[in-house]
Amino acid sequence: MEMNQPIGHTPLDDRPDGLVGKPLDRVDGPLKVTGRAPYAYESRALKDPAYGAIVTATIAAGTISAIDADAARRAPGTILVMTHENVPEQGEKKEQVWPQLQGREITFYGQPVAFVVAETFEQARAAAMLVKVRYDRAKPKGLLRDSLAEAYEPKPMVTSPGVKPDSSLGDFDGAFAQAPVKIDVEYTTPSQIHAQMEPHATIAEWQTGPDGDAVVLYSANQMPNRGQPPLGSVLKLPPERVRIVTPYIGGGFGSKLQAVPEATLAALASKMVKRPVKVALTRQQEFHVATHRTDTIQRVRLGADQDGKLTAISHESWSDTAIGDGFYESSANVTRSLYAAPNRITRHRLVNLNMPIASSMRAPGEAVGQLAFECAMDELAERLNLDPIELRIRNEPTEDPEKRIPYSTRRLVDCLKAGAERFGWDRRAKPGTTRDGQWLVGMGVSAASRQNPLKPSSASVRLGSDGVLVVRMAMTDLGTGTYTILTQIGGEMIGLPPEKVRVELGDTNFPKASGSGGSFGAGSAGSALYVACDNLRDTLATKAGFNSADATFANGTVSAGNRSVALKDLAGSEGIEAMGEIKPGELEKKFAQYSYGAHFAEVGVDADTGEVRLRRMLGCFTGGRILNAKTARSQAIGGMIFGVGAALMEDAVIDPRHSYFVNHDLAEYHVVAHADVPSVDAFFLPELDDKANPLKSKGLGELGICGAGASVANAIYNATGIRIRDYPMTLDKVLKGLEQGDTQRRT
Amino acid sequence: MKAFTYERPATVQDAAKLVAERPNASFIAGGTNLLDLMKLQIETPATLIDVNRLPLAQVEDTKDGGLRIGALVRNSDLAAHPRVRKDYAVLSRALLAGASGQLRNKATTAGNLLQRTRCYYFYDTAMPCNKREPGSGCSAIGGYNRIMAVLGTSDQCIATNPSDMNVAMRVLDATVETMDAQGQIRAIPMGEFHRLPGDTPQVETDLRKGEIITAVTLPKPVPGTHIYRKVRDRASYAFATVSIAAVIATEGGRVGAARLAFGGLAHKPWRVAAAEEALVRTGSADTAADAVLKGARGYGANDFKIPLTRRTLRAVVAQATRA
Repeated sequence: MEMNQPIGHTPLDDRPDGLVGKPLDRVDGPLKVTGRAPYAYESRALKDPAYGAIVTATIAAGTISAIDADAARRAPGTILVMTHENVPEQGEKKEQVWPQLQGREITFYGQPVAFVVAETFEQARAAAMLVKVRYDRAKPKGLLRDSLAEAYEPKPMVTSPGVKPDSSLGDFDGAFAQAPVKIDVEYTTPSQIHAQMEPHATIAEWQTGPDGDAVVLYSANQMPNRGQPPLGSVLKLPPERVRIVTPYIGGGFGSKLQAVPEATLAALASKMVKRPVKVALTRQQEFHVATHRTDTIQRVRLGADQDGKLTAISHESWSDTAIGDGFYESSANVTRSLYAAPNRITRHRLVNLNMPIASSMRAPGEAVGQLAFECAMDELAERLNLDPIELRIRNEPTEDPEKRIPYSTRRLVDCLKAGAERFGWDRRAKPGTTRDGQWLVGMGVSAASRQNPLKPSSASVRLGSDGVLVVRMAMTDLGTGTYTILTQIGGEMIGLPPEKVRVELGDTNFPKASGSGGSFGAGSAGSALYVACDNLRDTLATKAGFNSADATFANGTVSAGNRSVALKDLAGSEGIEAMGEIKPGELEKKFAQYSYGAHFAEVGVDADTGEVRLRRMLGCFTGGRILNAKTARSQAIGGMIFGVGAALMEDAVIDPRHSYFVNHDLAEYHVVAHADVPSVDAFFLPELDDKANPLKSKGLGELGICGAGASVANAIYNATGIRIRDYPMTLDKVLKGLEQGDTQRRT
Repeated sequence: MKAFTYERPATVQDAAKLVAERPNASFIAGGTNLLDLMKLQIETPATLIDVNRLPLAQVEDTKDGGLRIGALVRNSDLAAHPRVRKDYAVLSRALLAGASGQLRNKATTAGNLLQRTRCYYFYDTAMPCNKREPGSGCSAIGGYNRIMAVLGTSDQCIATNPSDMNVAMRVLDATVETMDAQGQIRAIPMGEFHRLPGDTPQVETDLRKGEIITAVTLPKPVPGTHIYRKVRDRASYAFATVSIAAVIATEGGRVGAARLAFGGLAHKPWRVAAAEEALVRTGSADTAADAVLKGARGYGANDFKIPLTRRTLRAVVAQATRA
């Protein structure tokens, strides 16, 4: 199926009380809590693996003058020390997957320089510490701010070649100059680390056979089909000779969208030692060997008339990435569609630094873009003496302001209003006027918006003689609930209870699927399954002698008129199979497709110490059809909590002397703990988007983080009257404002 | 992690003997800090002496009305002990402000005394650090030093002692009790137990080779309001930017007696007699803060700790005099 026209009525519309939408517990929950869901590093499918450990560069720029690996080679259990001197020949870099151990040049701290393979984990790690690398150091380039003069317009990203880094409409300069009310502010956001629980891990086996070489990787990977061509390129294998198996993933947030060096190194080492090799990154290595979210500098300019109607919008963003790479943080993309204004500019600029590889992290672009833009809107509302919700309502567009096409659905204003009512927004007072003991209390709001893409996906379904429907696709479950929603879709479409549906994911031997990322997983994979089930329904109905349109599927039977046939009888001993495929079509060009929401935060700021603590938070969202009320809410509040971290603490600090992240462990890189999130809730407004996909659903995985941190930042302002424009808003920055306020009061 | 020999002595004195005899031997109790240090090869003991089964896990009343806390009493148990909660609330509060529930269940009293700094550069063997590798230099000076010390620093080291418990122990005038290989007992006042970095930042305590900590004793309870105020970057599982352990007795809304110890500021829990006297004499938290912060020096990113200490002390004194 290609999404060229609205889907119309579907079997999922027949039963509003059906399986789809129910808050079904995770079908893989019992496996996970009892430790029977093997993650990449725990798989026992490949026998007798050796253990790998990565040695990384301790400088950010320069060359290797010598590697002394004698002691490591002599250490107990060592099988191989792989360096640039003996690594097997590799192919070209593709996307963000680089060939490893290439030559002597070092361009970032944490760049792998050797790979040690030993009989045990402890031996590999101890031997890795014995590898002595000497360097000729060069001065690294590590700060975006210092390199802005070199910033250039990046090429469109490989993943979205149609999206240009710059856009403009009308005459921004003229309109901004004439605007009676103006905001011109700079916001900065720091580098961030995904900090997912499961580290990057791979067990690789290089296989040689009469048909040529192949490699199997049990590897934590969000998008195994996308992973095949880059790994194939680097390993000099055709993509189909790279098999990636990844049934369970312990979080990724974008850091596992592509293979990380550990997968390539394990595959190359397996080729050399002729047995499986397993390796996981250490938590410290996660900061440098894996990817991170780049820091950004963003300038937002808003021009409005006295009534708060925007006449000019400009959003510019600078970010940085590794030497030789072109990834840029698309902070301003969301600004192109969010609010109406006739004159507008968005612009992205990039700098290459001696830093590790920057890449996607949960809601790349929107997450940090809305941290800046939604605060700038708050500043404008303040300047206009207008409620920030009212400001947004006055600038609600009737069509996508840059593409000039209608929205498929858009209920941003409804979300703002419904959320405000439930949150008690009307109790918000003037900045710095609400006090609760030592706490200065304030409320903040922000809009949330995230693009809803559809990616090509396919699925196979097979109904067996046991009446069990087996679903297969190379889709992944990051811990988000994919197994569960696919079970629900399959069950409802074929009329089976959840226990009669078995979903098998995470293997490139299965039909190709989108994988998980960019909020497209549920919609894309779910739609492929929908189509497969629709095809299976046709086959089953025909076999039962029914007109497919009249047949209903329920309780393990297909019925029409007064006749019912058991599905397992129709399946017979051979079983019945069907395939399904979904592709994006004309509708994504004809309609602007986004999920929307509104965040409301209440914070307390300690008047003495500047500590900021969230008191409560509420999100109101729309995401088309909700496939599972429980996993959808979990996604939403998970994103909101992520946003609280971005606002208050997440900060991978760069030491410019060494161009590296100083606080590279989870003791000093802070993500929110339970105590930081006393009360957070989310709810959804009903919506069906018949132009998005056959499920009429939209992406939710990243919506929750979009704008969440801005609502917290705006609440800090409302509590204190202190506007901080440098994320995260740690107590030292708040303290500076409190001290200034005290000084002003004294004088 | 480097391979090591594992020993489990039967008696406290055997443990002391082992650590005296073996080159490069370490005790292991909760292991909540040591194991991390070993994985990163910041500490590479050749022998680990497991003391977990030694009979040092009791909390007992002393004859003079104080409390003797065995070296192996877990942080969770100590925080929940009825006498600690009743008579030494500042200690209970400090313990519960530290680490996470899981860590407190494992971490011991003696282990907490010996907890090592959280300086970023100390934890990275690629970076110079005088504490880890004497003579290699201090990366924190001129580097990112938001969590570093502002008092008692040297040009060799600006690391802090990260423990919350130690700050409370200091304010309570605890005594650390040790035994050596000959079975000799020694009592070290808390104020002398931890050292300033000076030219030997690698030497963090007054412990001698071959000594094992057997207990920490508290003198009889100090009357007053017990406060532990920890200013931190997140609500749980974060080390103090600044913390204050205070026991303040008030008479008619005025400070009658005061004890103040500070965490997050120095290589050891910081206590200044003149500050306590000033607070009693003047009732002014600012005057007391002047005495505490005498000679304080920021290194850039940690400059905020100086005004933060002053403001936090004001809040603590206000809380005590309100109570």
